[in-house]
Amino acid sequence: MARRVTPARKATVTAAAWALGLLIFFPILWTILTSFKSEGDAVAIPPKFLFFDWTLENYAVVNQRSDYLLHFWNSVVISFGSTFAGLLIAIPAAWAMAFVPGRKTKDVLMWMLSTKMMPSVGVLVPIYLLFRNTGLLDTRIGLVIILTLIDLPIIVWMLYTYFKEIPGEILEAARMDGAGLRDEIIHVLTPMAVPGIASTLLLNVILAWNEAFWTLNLTAAKAAPLTAFIASYSSPEGLFYAKLSAASTMAIAPILILGWFSQKQLVRGLTFGAVK
Amino acid sequence: MATQHSRSAARLMISPAVLLLLGWMIVPLAMTVWFSFLNYNLLQPGPRTFAGFSNYYYFLTDPAFFTAIWNTLVLVLGVLAITTVGGVLLALLLDQPMWGQGIVRILVIAPFFVMPTVSALVWKNMFMNPVNGIFAWIAEALGLQPFDFLSQAPLFSIILIVAWQWLPFATLILLTALQSLDSEQMEAAEMDGASALARFFYITIPHLTRSITVVILIQTIFLLGVFAEILVTTNGGPGTASTNLTYLVYGQSLLQYDVGGGSAGGIVAVILANIVAIFLMRMIGKNLEN
Repeated sequence: MARRVTPARKATVTAAAWALGLLIFFPILWTILTSFKSEGDAVAIPPKFLFFDWTLENYAVVNQRSDYLLHFWNSVVISFGSTFAGLLIAIPAAWAMAFVPGRKTKDVLMWMLSTKMMPSVGVLVPIYLLFRNTGLLDTRIGLVIILTLIDLPIIVWMLYTYFKEIPGEILEAARMDGAGLRDEIIHVLTPMAVPGIASTLLLNVILAWNEAFWTLNLTAAKAAPLTAFIASYSSPEGLFYAKLSAASTMAIAPILILGWFSQKQLVRGLTFGAVK
Repeated sequence: MATQHSRSAARLMISPAVLLLLGWMIVPLAMTVWFSFLNYNLLQPGPRTFAGFSNYYYFLTDPAFFTAIWNTLVLVLGVLAITTVGGVLLALLLDQPMWGQGIVRILVIAPFFVMPTVSALVWKNMFMNPVNGIFAWIAEALGLQPFDFLSQAPLFSIILIVAWQWLPFATLILLTALQSLDSEQMEAAEMDGASALARFFYITIPHLTRSITVVILIQTIFLLGVFAEILVTTNGGPGTASTNLTYLVYGQSLLQYDVGGGSAGGIVAVILANIVAIFLMRMIGKNLEN
């Protein structure tokens, strides 16, 4: 039963919520607007909000000058590569823990969570030296390996909470109907597991896309994803606000859109299933 | 009902994940421990000699270490305070009936999806810059002196940037939790004449305790490792005014090439993180059982 509210109250709440929402969103909006300005308009005081000469020049310049596409592609390869590798390892594990739980399953899950608490900086030196000695420094494959390992606990946990919700009775029912193990997996379990796997994939692509400790420390020009590419704008080049904004907008737009689709999964994934 | 057969199959399915994580935990960590006892600098050729505890001694007695510990603490607690209090208030507001709730939610969540290097640079240049930034313009419009955020109050500015990134996360989780609150209980309390404040403290807050714990735990893990925001805004400075533990160890190892000293710092960071982790895991364990 929904509670009745007066229109006046609803209007007040709406105004307050929209004002706060726009305030929080403003830096992103401002970045997007600035990306369409000339450099002169970008630093104009008082700031120009909507009335300026809209231009696409910055996007063209960023694309020409800095191999933007290479860095974009690096981000795609690293985030999707590490997520697929993580899923490949985690699906069987989460599956077994959800459907054939043993006495130690809970402990294993907690232990996996605890590996997430090790600060990355504690292993920075050996990883850096190992990468240097094996030629993995500034390679995409090196980053895929690292990100797979650091995201593995979250992937296992997330899948586990989804698989846990698939009722065991459905398997018994299928078995009674004469389904073999193969039929069981293909026709009963897989369709029920796909949504969970898809959400896990989405969230982990987002996390990997934005990861900014290992990507900054282990890459240079060749394998740098967008996180590291944007960081290069912290030099005086960053004073070109319009170009910085264009590069930033292109870096965050794809993930912003993916992220809006994954709101619900985000809560479950990042809280290790503790809040749904 | 699980048979012996399915049990061993399950073990086989779990083992790749467990072995990989075990390797990831043990191998690099053991190497860090080993390096931390050596005189080992990439810039100095020659044999690496055993250093005993001297790397630890130098790291722990460096004044920068205490500054970094203090900064780490201020950064984590500052961001936690802003995001949990702000998150509760924002979630309460967003839970009310309104027009366009879905869109407001999307606006509020957006900063969480912005990569750290982008948000740090946008704030640094377009908002906090003392000449061209929006804050400078607002200050001048009000007749005030523009404030140079990143050199006058570097740590505070970084807290602001990081809090902006994490406020959406806290809000989203607390909002999800609020939506599972039993509305009948609320109505009963209202009919019994409980004031809005009483309802908030006796019904809403107890209901949110678990989610707040989760928010604090998860944010702490990530906030202890804040790095990119510092790297692109202040480089830890001026001096060491905005250096946290992560950034200090990074500087020691990859800027000064002091493998031994950096490793000792890394081990110190691991020990401190573990103390926090034990404390938090216990707290969350207690909360999750209820």
